[in-house]
Amino acid sequence: MVAREQFQMELNTLKAMIIDLAHGAEKLLYDAVQALYTADIDLAKQVIAYDKELDKKDMQINEAAILLIAKQQPVASDLRRLIVAIRTSSDLERMADNAKNIAKATIHLGENHGIEIHSSIKEMKNVAIDMIDLSIKAYENEDITLARKLGELDDHIDGMYSSMLKELLEETATNPEKIQHIMQMAFSGRYIERFGDHATNIGESIMYLVKGESFDLNE
Amino acid sequence: MSINMQLHVDNRNANQLSSVDTSLDHNIVYDTEDLNLWYGNTHALKSITLPIYEKQVTAIIGPSGCGKSTYLKTLNRMVELVPGVRTSGVIKYRGQSILDRSFKVEELRTKVGMVFQKPNPFPKSIYDNIAYGPRIHGIKNKKILDEIVEKSLRGAYIWDEVKDRLKENAYGLSGGQQQRICIARCLAIEPDVILMDEPTSALDPKSTLKVEELIEKLKQDYSIIIVTHNMQQAARISDKTAFFLNGEVIEYADTNFLFSTPKDRRTEDYITGRFG
Repeated sequence: MVAREQFQMELNTLKAMIIDLAHGAEKLLYDAVQALYTADIDLAKQVIAYDKELDKKDMQINEAAILLIAKQQPVASDLRRLIVAIRTSSDLERMADNAKNIAKATIHLGENHGIEIHSSIKEMKNVAIDMIDLSIKAYENEDITLARKLGELDDHIDGMYSSMLKELLEETATNPEKIQHIMQMAFSGRYIERFGDHATNIGESIMYLVKGESFDLNE
Repeated sequence: MSINMQLHVDNRNANQLSSVDTSLDHNIVYDTEDLNLWYGNTHALKSITLPIYEKQVTAIIGPSGCGKSTYLKTLNRMVELVPGVRTSGVIKYRGQSILDRSFKVEELRTKVGMVFQKPNPFPKSIYDNIAYGPRIHGIKNKKILDEIVEKSLRGAYIWDEVKDRLKENAYGLSGGQQQRICIARCLAIEPDVILMDEPTSALDPKSTLKVEELIEKLKQDYSIIIVTHNMQQAARISDKTAFFLNGEVIEYADTNFLFSTPKDRRTEDYITGRFG
């Protein structure tokens, strides 16, 4: 087998590892929000345990990418592809961390907190799941049209987050005894908002990979 | 001919220009316009148009048989030694048309030194290797020759390694040292341009590094054109890179651009090892 074929195979393997990590982060967010709404402490604990697995996957991706850089001394799009792999993996790991933080908030709230979880959290989660699906597709196909859409969806999440925050602040004024619980809910919203930011970063990385220039999709 | 059209840098905005040398401060040392070259019926160089700037390192890369060595040998008219060679077009060295019959090739050779793939010192002492060129040019004064030898060896950063064995045969040196002796021999005639045809391909990594460091220093005083198969080397040491393919210049750009965001798909495929 010629060196280039071997290199291409290893690049494909790396890509598959990243897509696998992305699916993991997606599942983690889904389960974390599910646990939050149903006050399911067991599920929240599973989320925290699974996040550790994803941390390991991120490290494996980094090691594989660094090894390829050392072995192949890539240039141009090959080099960008490996830099983007490292960046994307790091974004996905942070996305999983945000899901884990929602699980921690769920544990903090406990089983009998008696407050209603704001409906915006579920809506934000739905958009965040759309974003990660989109970023997986954009990454898989190196599709900059899809990548650009991530910026728009992120604006949508940001908007939902700030109006929810406003409502929650008002609620702290009327229900000061619930402030600890409301804070956990606000944090959870913030974690999803950060999740969306990292998905947007992935979009920017894909733009960089294809175009060779840096982009800011939040502009 | 519009020189600037050839360079990506001019199409970029000021922000992207910040990290690269735009050549605007550099004069052109060699200007090639629409150069064609045939070996018999083989069209080896096709309509080459290439400005080469002074006090820069210009790398020429491309797969075997792409014409890069032929082009290099055209720049000092060594290519004429091959029977059946025909050329058309213009190569100007410092404004003078070197392919004109009236142009004195001897004059060109005193201005343009060449370093080859395999170190080729003469079977003489280190001293005589360096003094060879100056002697041919009529310098007999021992003191002056001593000065030239020391200056050239220092210029090639090999003085400290050989100063106590100048009378020894150059063949006794390592390959890397021999190559630097050849570079010193080149410097002894005080050239303007140094042509290098894969100067490190026969050297071990450490000697390669020394020659690369030397090239980096030499470009302060000389214009260097280097043909190399080692793409990392081109990326490391050159300011401009020209990619040749099947006798054509496919892309000519600042090295930083050519190795990060080449414009032509064929360049990208070559530098990433998809062919060649």
